[in-house]
Amino acid sequence: MNIATSLLTGVLISSAAAYLGTLMLGRRMALVAGPLGHLTLPGIALALMYGFDVTLGAFPFVILGIVLIWLFEVRTKLPVEALTAIVFATGVAAAFLFLPIEQAEAALVGDIAMVGTFDLILTAVLSAIIFSIVTKNYRKLLLTSISEDLARVQGINSKKHNLIYLTMVAIVVALGVKLVGGLMTAALVAIPACSARNLSRNLLQDRLLAIGFGVGSCMLGIVLSQISGHPAGVLIILINAAIFVMTAVFKR
Amino acid sequence: MRILEVEDLSVELEGEKILENLSFHVDEGEVLTILGPNGAGKTVLLRTLLGLLPYRGKIRWKKKDLRIGYVPQRLPFIKDFPLTVKEFFRLKEVSEREMHGVLSSLLMADPSILDKKMGTLSSGQFQRVLVAYALVGSPNVLLFDEPTAGIDLGAEETVYDLLNRLKMKRKITILLVTHDIAVVYQFATHCLCLNKRMLCFGTPREINGTLLSELYGGKVKIYEHRH
Repeated sequence: MNIATSLLTGVLISSAAAYLGTLMLGRRMALVAGPLGHLTLPGIALALMYGFDVTLGAFPFVILGIVLIWLFEVRTKLPVEALTAIVFATGVAAAFLFLPIEQAEAALVGDIAMVGTFDLILTAVLSAIIFSIVTKNYRKLLLTSISEDLARVQGINSKKHNLIYLTMVAIVVALGVKLVGGLMTAALVAIPACSARNLSRNLLQDRLLAIGFGVGSCMLGIVLSQISGHPAGVLIILINAAIFVMTAVFKR
Repeated sequence: MRILEVEDLSVELEGEKILENLSFHVDEGEVLTILGPNGAGKTVLLRTLLGLLPYRGKIRWKKKDLRIGYVPQRLPFIKDFPLTVKEFFRLKEVSEREMHGVLSSLLMADPSILDKKMGTLSSGQFQRVLVAYALVGSPNVLLFDEPTAGIDLGAEETVYDLLNRLKMKRKITILLVTHDIAVVYQFATHCLCLNKRMLCFGTPREINGTLLSELYGGKVKIYEHRH
């Protein structure tokens, strides 16, 4: 129940999410983070019921979700969007089959005030992994997002880089559930990146602005939540949305 | 010297035959235009030659010292990123000097272009930047997929003048997908007519009206340009 721990954990999660978000817009990838977020719900439910870390609960379910969607896609050739809708609904339904209703709020909107030292250490390690891997591969990931053909002609293994990216998204989604719950993690990835894109004139600005917006909304959200008593996750998303609206107005 | 040899090439995508039994070859320094109506499989052919698609048959590139540059038809997703021209070039390992070199060889020496966003370039500038990007690393083969829509490269130079200059300066071998029959006569040393099957392969002189009307379904008149 230490606000410094909450703030630090939140900042680490939201900056990693925003950073990944800057690579997401290319190939409709934002759609992926959304459904993946929802897939975490059964895992969060289990974690809350048995009292272990929600990130550790969420992660295997995200991976399961990715594999399921991929398998269904190969088998049925239906659009990924349709398949994720199916898997998403199943995830929500399965979660509420088991989860006592009084614990539903933490699962749905997150509870960053609950985090302790273990959460902070786990978050720090995972976000350090995300930042170093993404920074090291940024060019290749970006080119793969722009054009797989061009990437492959340059000798970049696009399948490998898609997998790296998806794994990073899975980790950040599993982390994000601490902050904003199982329904809104996609927003943590997508909104700061969208706001940044409205204003940025080059890639460097884009990354800095996205991380700035992500971190700013997170800190403000947590502080306001202490004052007002509303869940921090809800406030963080609303602040992010407000920033997006403002950047849309100021977009040149 | 032979640079590419294709034998009995067939490509099938999702159960549909796109290319059937293509055989042709390209020698060093040649300009091969690949001609055909929409949906003939021209882009698929280029992508197959680049090793991006599964195929049956044989594709043999020369082994020694092969550097391929590829100019894709378009990059629809690039507008999703606030990428400047300079940052685009950085996606390839390229020195400042080489970047300026290729840009000025394409008459884009004005340094202000480097800080422009890729998404805000005119279609002509965009095409030039794609060509410049492909030329980084001094390729000796250029695969060029011409955009379907007519693009305005500016009054001073057409894309074919540009390619012509490249051919002279850099002794580059070019495989060019085009819709523009005039290009074949102005610029190509060889021509491949494609409509899923290969309808012709030879020098432009060998291509006659009957073949082209077969290729395009009998509605083509040829106006040969002589300059």
